[in-house]
Amino acid sequence: MDINILLPRLLAAAWLLPLASFAGIVFFGPRLGKGGKGSGYVATGAILLAFVLSATALVLWLSHSPLPLGEGQGVRADLPVTGPHPNPLPMGEGTKAISGDWYALGALGDLKITIGYYIDALTLAMFVMVSLVASCIHIYSFGYMHEELHEVTDPLVTLKNGETLRRRGRFHRFFQYFSLFCFSMLGLVLAGNVAMVFVFWELVGICSYLLIGFYHERRSASNAGNKAFIVNRVGDFGMIVGLMVLWTGLGTFSFSEIFNQVRPAENQHQLQVPEGLVRYAARAEIAGIVRQAPDLETAEKQIAEQVPLWREKGFGYGWLVLAGLGIFCGCVGKSAQFPLHVWLPDAMEGPTPVSALIHAATMVAAGVYLAGRFFPVFTPEVLLVIAYVGCITLFLAATMALVATDIKRVLAYSTVSQLGYMMFALGLGGWIAGLFHLFTHACFKALLFLCSGSVIHACGTNEMPQMGGLLKKMPYTAWTMLVGCLAIAGAGVPFILGGIGLSGFYSKDCIIAMGMVHKEANPLHGWLFYVAVIGAGMTSFYMFRLWFMTFSGKPRDAHVHEHAHESPRSMVVPLVILAFLSVVAAWNLPSTRWGLEPLLRQAYPAGAETGNAAGAIWKTVAIPAESASHDHAVHGQATLYALGMALAGFLVALAYYGLRLLDPERLRRTFAPLYWVFINKWGFDRLYGWLFVRGSLVAAWATAAVDRYVIDGLADNSARAVALCARLDDWFDRRVVDRLIDRLAGFTYAAGLRLRRLQTGNVRQYVMLLAVGTVVLFMLMSFYVRSVFK
Amino acid sequence: MNPLTQPIGLSHYLVVGAILFVCGIACMAAKRNALGVLMGIELVLNGANLNFIAFGSPLLRGEANQTIGLDGQLIALTVIVLAAAEAAVALAIALVYYRTHATIDVDRGEELKG
Repeated sequence: MDINILLPRLLAAAWLLPLASFAGIVFFGPRLGKGGKGSGYVATGAILLAFVLSATALVLWLSHSPLPLGEGQGVRADLPVTGPHPNPLPMGEGTKAISGDWYALGALGDLKITIGYYIDALTLAMFVMVSLVASCIHIYSFGYMHEELHEVTDPLVTLKNGETLRRRGRFHRFFQYFSLFCFSMLGLVLAGNVAMVFVFWELVGICSYLLIGFYHERRSASNAGNKAFIVNRVGDFGMIVGLMVLWTGLGTFSFSEIFNQVRPAENQHQLQVPEGLVRYAARAEIAGIVRQAPDLETAEKQIAEQVPLWREKGFGYGWLVLAGLGIFCGCVGKSAQFPLHVWLPDAMEGPTPVSALIHAATMVAAGVYLAGRFFPVFTPEVLLVIAYVGCITLFLAATMALVATDIKRVLAYSTVSQLGYMMFALGLGGWIAGLFHLFTHACFKALLFLCSGSVIHACGTNEMPQMGGLLKKMPYTAWTMLVGCLAIAGAGVPFILGGIGLSGFYSKDCIIAMGMVHKEANPLHGWLFYVAVIGAGMTSFYMFRLWFMTFSGKPRDAHVHEHAHESPRSMVVPLVILAFLSVVAAWNLPSTRWGLEPLLRQAYPAGAETGNAAGAIWKTVAIPAESASHDHAVHGQATLYALGMALAGFLVALAYYGLRLLDPERLRRTFAPLYWVFINKWGFDRLYGWLFVRGSLVAAWATAAVDRYVIDGLADNSARAVALCARLDDWFDRRVVDRLIDRLAGFTYAAGLRLRRLQTGNVRQYVMLLAVGTVVLFMLMSFYVRSVFK
Repeated sequence: MNPLTQPIGLSHYLVVGAILFVCGIACMAAKRNALGVLMGIELVLNGANLNFIAFGSPLLRGEANQTIGLDGQLIALTVIVLAAAEAAVALAIALVYYRTHATIDVDRGEELKG
């Protein structure tokens, strides 16, 4: 079958399977197996099948549009290199996409809302990654959530009468939400237009809300769910603004049409302000021309001549920047970037598999994905803003991770920091670097979260100071987590075979190299690069701090240590799979150039390979070409930077926490003010609480008071009046209307009783009566109606 | 004026019809046998038929040049056909009546009284 038909069908099936599982669990969940265990099988089966379908789709895609296998086309320096510029990257030439619509939801004037698809290499890679990671986490959840199979006692919730809460298990509900999430996430990736993206964007948001608040009886969990939801609304507001600007200017929501208008092929895919936005910005001038022109046709001709001139003058450029910033604002909310990063650490209130799937591997990466998808629309100014936001985020979050003691919170801050890295890379123009890191990060962060879940499962606490010495007790968890730590720190061996390392080694190198190229192009913004490099060191430090505190040394809490045990097999197997992926995710298949990075390169946005021209508003900003960062010299240097910082971080962590040569307590006392700032999360929660939450609470209190006393009083009184009316009406009905009817009926009944005596049933009597009656009638008539007989 | 001395005219027919009619009515009222009642009905119908034919006859009306005078006979034919149909139904009723009451005495049938 034609690949243009087959691929959308395959992916649609993969997309809708979790929806079917969701619907099935909604209706039959609690009845499937004991305690709803069957719903877990349904959801896992659906996502596994989705993975098989996505993988099939990817293979089909590769067989149809194979990756370039030419000499020197790998991004890594590990490939044979000859000559000064060995990597004439064939980037962008393969930006083919299959797009179309399945179903039109409706057309409101010019606005057409459709359910469509936009499939390119990025879509396929996301599909495979999401379904694979989700499959692992589904399997893991069997072990992790097994308590929910029967009645649960939640020690963290105290009821009003002083008892702890006992409630029914929610095993099926967990998998129900998971299925809904997988459906939404795949839909978000598959979406062919921005309106559909927005719908699924909100759907993943609601899934996140539901799953953060999975233990909604706990006050902290329900607060965290609300916080995540509300903070995301702030970002979505910006996104709606961006969508409105795009629609006003371009008149379409479809990705392919947006890209065609913003980077038209006849302009060598260079960024230009689309005509719609130019016309919108110059509407005053257009009105002038129309007023002076003799007829509309000439006016239209004049306007068409003027459009390029207006575009030169910068008409509409501001709108394009606004559109980009708006879309990015949505990504800021979803990907927990500064200043909306506050929700993600709190989201750790959800069960750990949720943190792994939604708040580490997939949903929060959706923001990065969307920023990558919209990369062609971003002007240099927007990209610079993205780079700054990403850079601030990665630094702030890393500092918070340095001092956190809750094992999941360390990972949450680390997630925020790594998301910052991705945004940072995108903002520098490193499209491949940013998205590459997205994929590798998904693997190792899911692994790290699942490991932390395994530890929490064993210890019954999140606090690292109570752990320690767990290496012997839980070897699988410890070693897989070490793999995860090495991967996120970017461990590798440089220059041997061109450098071999774990997945994070490749992706982080790409980002650092891009930072170096950007620094050379924009010396003014050079400090961004140094922050990113320092961030790499901090990453390595806090990750190994976590590992040493948890697994090495002597047990700090004897009770916890005795209680600890290795997790069941259903939890260990996904750990091993993900650990394997964390190692090899960035590798190309041996003796070919088939791998993640070449695949991404195939989806590289057309026109971006030469870098973006200087901005129109900030003329000094220049976005360098990504291919420049693949230069051997740059890359080698970046590898040294990244690896050196990672090694330094590791050594410091080893000295303080591994070998305990130095005392972290003294360090804390020396830098007490700094520690205070970090542990209080730079005061963001307090600031927002003071600025927004308190105000909204006061407003809510006031409206509640109005509601209770004014509106409730009104409603109560009107209800009372209605009741009185009803009572009156009732009296009238009974006394007057009912009696009238009763009398009438009684009279009719009595008359009937009398008249029935006439009906004797005797035929002969009837005949006589008939005859006599007729004769009498005629006689009467002859007396009174004489005219008849005359 | 003695009708017996007059030539046969309309009034003679009417008299015969009236006698037939009254006989029929008397038969219907007096007979307890259902078949007798049916016969009475036939008499009534025939009395009426006689009137129709008499009134319809152009000879008797003295208007021979205006119509061919078949309307009374047509109606009479219709009545005969109807009477036949009615007799068939009535006999069927009588049969069923006999089956349920073991007699055809109409005075025994009082189930339909009010």
